[in-house]
Amino acid sequence: MPLSSLAAVCSILLGVGSARAEEPVELRISKWADPSKLIPVSMSGFSGEVDSVVRFDLGIQGFSFVGASEAGYLITGSNSGRVEGHVLEAATKVHVLDRAYSSGSMRIQAHAFADDVIQAVTGKKGISLTRIAYKVDAGINNEVVVSDYDGFAANRITQDNALVFAPAWAPGRRMLYYTSYKLGNPDIYSHDLTTGARQIVARYTGLNTGAAISPDGQRLAMILSKGGSPDVYVSDVRGGNLVQLTRTKEDESSPCWSPDNQTLCFVSRLQGRPSLYTVSASGGAVKRLMTPGVANATEPDWSPDGKSIAFTTQRGGANFEICVVSPSRGDVKELVSGEDPSWAPNSRTLVFSRRSKGSRVLSLLDVPTKQVKDVKHILGSSSQPCWAR
Amino acid sequence: MKRTQLIFSLALGLLTALSTVGCKKSPKGPTYIPGAPTRAPGTEPPFGSTTPSGGKPGNGAERPDLTGGRPNVQDPGASGTPINPINPNGDPLALSGLEMFENMIMDPAALASYTVYFEFDKSSVRAGENGKMEEVAKVLRTGMADKLLIEGHCDERGTEGYNLALGERRALSLREYLANLGIGPDRIRTISYGEARPAIPGSTEEAWSKNRRGQFILLKPKPLK
Repeated sequence: MPLSSLAAVCSILLGVGSARAEEPVELRISKWADPSKLIPVSMSGFSGEVDSVVRFDLGIQGFSFVGASEAGYLITGSNSGRVEGHVLEAATKVHVLDRAYSSGSMRIQAHAFADDVIQAVTGKKGISLTRIAYKVDAGINNEVVVSDYDGFAANRITQDNALVFAPAWAPGRRMLYYTSYKLGNPDIYSHDLTTGARQIVARYTGLNTGAAISPDGQRLAMILSKGGSPDVYVSDVRGGNLVQLTRTKEDESSPCWSPDNQTLCFVSRLQGRPSLYTVSASGGAVKRLMTPGVANATEPDWSPDGKSIAFTTQRGGANFEICVVSPSRGDVKELVSGEDPSWAPNSRTLVFSRRSKGSRVLSLLDVPTKQVKDVKHILGSSSQPCWAR
Repeated sequence: MKRTQLIFSLALGLLTALSTVGCKKSPKGPTYIPGAPTRAPGTEPPFGSTTPSGGKPGNGAERPDLTGGRPNVQDPGASGTPINPINPNGDPLALSGLEMFENMIMDPAALASYTVYFEFDKSSVRAGENGKMEEVAKVLRTGMADKLLIEGHCDERGTEGYNLALGERRALSLREYLANLGIGPDRIRTISYGEARPAIPGSTEEAWSKNRRGQFILLKPKPLK
């Protein structure tokens, strides 16, 4: 079942006024084109869970809540029995959205409304109905968990009583790849979330980890140490047709794909300290990706629009910062404290983990506006998040 | 075929061991390990239809030309010479298949006092740890049917994915070190736990220094009934 079907199920249009909503699109987009500017909105009429869901969703996707007199848009609605919502552009008095939702939980209807607000105001697709995967501590071991992007509706995917690492989504599919120590060795598994079927795709002696499926869904990048050192390999998605891409004496880690499926970015200690490198997915020279002013770069994740690679840098001790670098221009921006960032499908929101009092929690970061919100912390110490996209 | 290779390298290991008896110096510089496989023979384990298929030998795409991919990185360690040995081809020592380590009994106590500690973010063996390596090698020379599992661990001062690779690199360094002392590398399996299994919990320098470690677990053959 495609991920988008959830959205399709619940955003059935019941209201009227969509024709009115279509006319001033050009004007709206130009007015709110700068993604670093928070879009001021007022909101009234919702209550309880629906109110908090819509505030959370809009708050982490570039909106701020202000009084009606300062708002660019007035959001009104109700949630008795079903969610109904309206958006009025303050300056023009034009209704840009009037919609009611008929199926799914109130929570899902609220997420769907938030995404419709984002679409109507910015012209961009929201992420309110997306999901994330991560690992959660369970005693000395951990398990893979999938939840809504805000941490609700969490489900344990594994029950292996073993260490697991690095869950990664197959793009556009309800399929995860991860490393599990279930059989006494760190092996890479594929796990179909629809059928529950699991398969081992890499079980070589030594380390098998860092699975990353190419955006076209055709190939698997991973770290294997069967050759005597942790190196980057690619294979088909079942682990066959294996090709070794790096042959360094040092350890490589955390490969990720460029959106055009042509290039891999990964971490190596080729020149001493951990740094970002790239290599063609079909083999060739390894190139350093410079991150000026930032040392100890690990855990890269390439944004779906290709414009930005998020990564972690390490300061002294166990202090980590989330950074982004433009692969074409090479300029680095430091964002917030945290580690292991993963891009949302909108190429502007990140999920990452941060250490807090001996535990780890997940947070969301809206990169352009630097707004941060915590993912609901339900099951325990959580890390290595991966956003479904 | 696999058995022949095993016996061959065991014999070579014994020969090398005999030739190095009495030599207390730590290995210096790259040393060619005779009989060490440069590729992994039998690394494809049996796992029914889900067995990963390895690359085809002789496939040109298998060995891309990496101009930046074969560095001989010198570790600026104590002696100034690279402590991690590599063979003249620059290839690391490939690992034997997991099936070579099945049906063995783990004995974590036998070598527990020889746990090796690493410097922060380093995988090379410190000069001060040589004595432990000699002792581990001695045990493996005595019990020729025994094998070894090396666990690589890290402190918490690294990201999780990076630490998993660093822990493996540490375990592999210890394996290479033992190979240089004449122990057949195909008797040794590695496993990294990254930062997931600290010896001492906490965020102090003392805890960190005890958590950056390699642990040796002796693998004994099951006794015949």
